[in-house]
Amino acid sequence: MSLPEPPGRYAGLSPVAFTLAVAALAIVFVSMGQVAPSPQRLIEGAPGMVRLMDRMLPPNLEPGFLVRIGWKIVETFQIALVGAFLGILVSLPVAWLAARGVTPLRLMAPVMKAFVSLLRTVPDLVWALLFVSTVGLGAVAGTMTILVDTVGFCGRFFAEAFEDADKEPQEALQAIGAGRLSVLFGAVLPDAMPSLINTGIFALEKAVRSSVVLGLVGAGGIGQELKVAFDLFQYRDASTIILAIFLVVIAMEWATDRLRTKVQ
Amino acid sequence: MLDLNQRPEVTAQAETALRVKGLIKRYGAGPVILNGVSLSVRPGERVALIGSNGSGKSTLLRCLIGLHPASAGEVSCLGEDLSGRVDAATLARLRRQTGFVFQKHCLVRRRSVLSNVIHGMMGLPGSWRAFSAMTAPQVWREQAMTALEAVNLAPRAAERADALSGGQQQRVAIARALVRRPQLLIADEPAASLDPVAGRDVMALFSRLAAERGITLFFTSHDMAHAVEFADRVIALRAGRVVLDQPAARVTKGDLADVFA
Repeated sequence: MSLPEPPGRYAGLSPVAFTLAVAALAIVFVSMGQVAPSPQRLIEGAPGMVRLMDRMLPPNLEPGFLVRIGWKIVETFQIALVGAFLGILVSLPVAWLAARGVTPLRLMAPVMKAFVSLLRTVPDLVWALLFVSTVGLGAVAGTMTILVDTVGFCGRFFAEAFEDADKEPQEALQAIGAGRLSVLFGAVLPDAMPSLINTGIFALEKAVRSSVVLGLVGAGGIGQELKVAFDLFQYRDASTIILAIFLVVIAMEWATDRLRTKVQ
Repeated sequence: MLDLNQRPEVTAQAETALRVKGLIKRYGAGPVILNGVSLSVRPGERVALIGSNGSGKSTLLRCLIGLHPASAGEVSCLGEDLSGRVDAATLARLRRQTGFVFQKHCLVRRRSVLSNVIHGMMGLPGSWRAFSAMTAPQVWREQAMTALEAVNLAPRAAERADALSGGQQQRVAIARALVRRPQLLIADEPAASLDPVAGRDVMALFSRLAAERGITLFFTSHDMAHAVEFADRVIALRAGRVVLDQPAARVTKGDLADVFA
């Protein structure tokens, strides 16, 4: 008995999909020609990079400077911690209102989702510029930026965790007369908790990385020192600050990895 | 401490615990699920509802406590009229007197056994404190422990719900349903997700506790042996209609064969 013919090799690829794939590749190649570094540019830039490295080394390790940088690192961490903490707190009710099947206001869910999307799509440096313009230079603008950025990030993932929570315990509690708030606290939050904690930890990591650069636009933290160092050609100071940032981010990732392992 | 062996407080005097007349249920423009179901259940009676998949058993249970509204016909549960539009106060009053046990135990896996039983207090005044054993008033904690003792799980109260076997989890669900001394216990295939031995144990426990406390028990089952052994009366549905309604002792193999024909 002869076997039936297998489907064609390109049967799953429609002409439209093929055309779109080719067009996308063409856009990438054209863009590369305009903005990607050419080998010649890289070769020409190499001596400049070597000169810069030479001026950055050795890092400035004067005690007075290190103390000042230490306090700025503390401020950066405070911005990240307070911004992320407040952002997570605000995200919980926002996510509750945005989560389909869990929200007490069904018509509000798409509106809240759109609001969270707006917070997420605007980059944190843009938020920082807005807050520097409204509340002035310094750490408060940075904290507010992290707060808004965290609501954009956690609002979405918390809402998804609420939507994915096991439905059967929720129905069981509704059947005995539990209200929406009781169902939220009794069934939804406990089931979503590991996901909420993981998302919260990622938000904190993200907040630490963001808070490092917010100072570039005047929103407080170590970034402000880095900008000043580059503006004044104090490259040895800059290298110390970059090393300090590197250590903070590594320490943060190590701590959150351990926390995540414990939670799981 | 509350005695769970006490008869439940009767807040609504009713000659019948459940009364259904000409109940029709369909979802949207879909097919008719229940097609003129009529039945009545006396207080304290234990009734098994049998029928093949898709016969409308689960839908009937949900209509009985107002989880799903009836499309037409009359539904009365513990004296509360559930025909047509039902206001939230009526539903809350009814649910305070009703325990519901699902096919799957529907416990909150990551919470303790004790917290899950205390969840049974939700819907009562002050029930915002019922979401956890940590926040619950002492009297509720004691009631929950008494309910757990009744299902022989008091020593496991502090463990997480998902650390228990399927049969034990179903017993926790029964304790959750019993904790506020309901007048009516409704169970949707409570033994279906369990192995035969655990399933029989759960049904025996169910039936004994209901009989001891004078609770009306209305349960669905796929297991005909359970229906005949643990109920006073068997009602069968086929394609959304009642095709059998008689005392369990008089149900024959022929009757059952007709139901599933």
